[in-house]
Amino acid sequence: MKKVECIIKPFKLDDIKAAICDLGISGMTISEVRGFGRQKGHTELYRGAEYQVDFIPKLKLELVVPAEQVDVVIATVLREGSTGRIGDGKIFVSSIEQSIRIRTGESGCDSL
Amino acid sequence: MKKYRVFVMGLLLVPSLALAGDEPVSEMAFILNTFSFLVMGILVMWMAAGFAMLEAGLVRSKNVATICLKNISLFGIAGILFYLFGYNLMYSGVDGGFFGSFGLWSANDTAALAGDYSGNYAASSDWFFQMVFCGAACSVVSGCVAERIKLWSFLAFCVVLTGFVYPIQGSWSWGGGWLADLGFIDYAGSTIVHSVGGWAALTGAVILGARKGKYTKSGRVNPMPGSNIPLATLGTFILWMGWYGFNGGSVLSLGSAGSVIEMSNVMVNTNIAACGGMMAAMVLVQLMYKKVDVTMALNGALAGLVSITASPASPTLGSAVLIGAVGGVLAVLAVPFFDRLKIDDVVGALSVHLVCGVWGTLAVPLTNSSATFTAQLIGVAATAAFVLVSSSVIWLILKVTIGIRVSEEEEMLGCDAAEIGMEAYPDFQRVSIGGSTGISGYTTSSVLRN
Repeated sequence: MKKVECIIKPFKLDDIKAAICDLGISGMTISEVRGFGRQKGHTELYRGAEYQVDFIPKLKLELVVPAEQVDVVIATVLREGSTGRIGDGKIFVSSIEQSIRIRTGESGCDSL
Repeated sequence: MKKYRVFVMGLLLVPSLALAGDEPVSEMAFILNTFSFLVMGILVMWMAAGFAMLEAGLVRSKNVATICLKNISLFGIAGILFYLFGYNLMYSGVDGGFFGSFGLWSANDTAALAGDYSGNYAASSDWFFQMVFCGAACSVVSGCVAERIKLWSFLAFCVVLTGFVYPIQGSWSWGGGWLADLGFIDYAGSTIVHSVGGWAALTGAVILGARKGKYTKSGRVNPMPGSNIPLATLGTFILWMGWYGFNGGSVLSLGSAGSVIEMSNVMVNTNIAACGGMMAAMVLVQLMYKKVDVTMALNGALAGLVSITASPASPTLGSAVLIGAVGGVLAVLAVPFFDRLKIDDVVGALSVHLVCGVWGTLAVPLTNSSATFTAQLIGVAATAAFVLVSSSVIWLILKVTIGIRVSEEEEMLGCDAAEIGMEAYPDFQRVSIGGSTGISGYTTSSVLRN
């Protein structure tokens, strides 16, 4: 099992989610995060005083999938999540040691 | 043009003056005057909600509950102190002097109940109307010193402000004291209410010091944006609406054609001054910063309202717009000015109430020929001196006794957690993620538990 962690632009969520579900993957988790990479922050103004906002709102999408599905998931996220502009995000893949469904106690790929 | 308007206003007044001299006040006039005080007073009370929402929207989330508590409790204090000391100090037996008398206030309507309506209105209606003004003056202070002042120290200050400082300076003009004898004119309180709150807030902000991290040694300003723009906007609208009572009720009568005509002019001028203040502020902010800051536009509307408050009956509509517009410009320029002096005013109270309160008072002779610039200047200066000195003394006494500022750690944690152990927005969780922006909807955790 592998975890695919994607930092994406928030407005891309719908497209990515729809495409992932079309692959037959039934679950995912999202969280709101802030971050920056090469996309620099921007300057905001409040009552005449400027301040720099470096951390930009993004969404983190996490999926745990069987190892065989990783490539197709990555391809899907790349296809749906890319705008071609700086700040599109990143995908990280890591290994998952164990996965258990709380309701039934199933483990392994049966729990995904 | 000015002479013509004064002539017409004078013509309108003559019949009512003649009536006042020759015929007794009718019961109908007595009823209508009382009604005006009561209903207009309710509108002014509503301004307390406006202040509360404006301030709640402009402070950070961790301080919102405290500011709400401060706003509602100071209004409670004003009501009680105005009964214990305030009204009589302000209105009872002033006779050209510097203050009235001590003693609990109580209504005396014996004459009216016997059919003699020469008192013009029910006693309690006048007390009520004046009391809400006292509360308004006090409200000005709370926004400026927000996010780092100790709750009970602030409320202790309010006790002295509402019980003594405000009534004493108010007695000098509205109470028939020495300033009134000089010919000082402040129709609804640009000086008496707004600048008084402003001076008290100024001394508070200076003695309290700025919020930690607000100003760097090199003079850079670190913004601390407010938590809720919709609330701040709502607060401004509520204040704008309440101002119709603030200025409209200051006609002090409803019982004749002359007075309702004056009230109509006052309402129209009040409104259009707010419009002028807001538009001038918006345009200036756009020019200065290339973007319109909504909080500055809100301040601009209030600046216009404060500016017209000293004489809302006398100007033409055109003059009223201009008076408001100048107020808006002054407020926008004052915000960075106070920041350069490292005086931390969280909501712009000084820029709106102090600066425009002074401007509004000094502008009266421009549209009202009964006023003189000298008398206006003396009034502004005397009020400034009295409030600066008395409020400084109170703040300093509080500082060396119970302290006025929360500790640095408490300030970082937020006044809500540190002082009252309560959050303004506890447990809010987001649900129903989806839609084009990816996120929508909130619910409290109690719903999620099911």
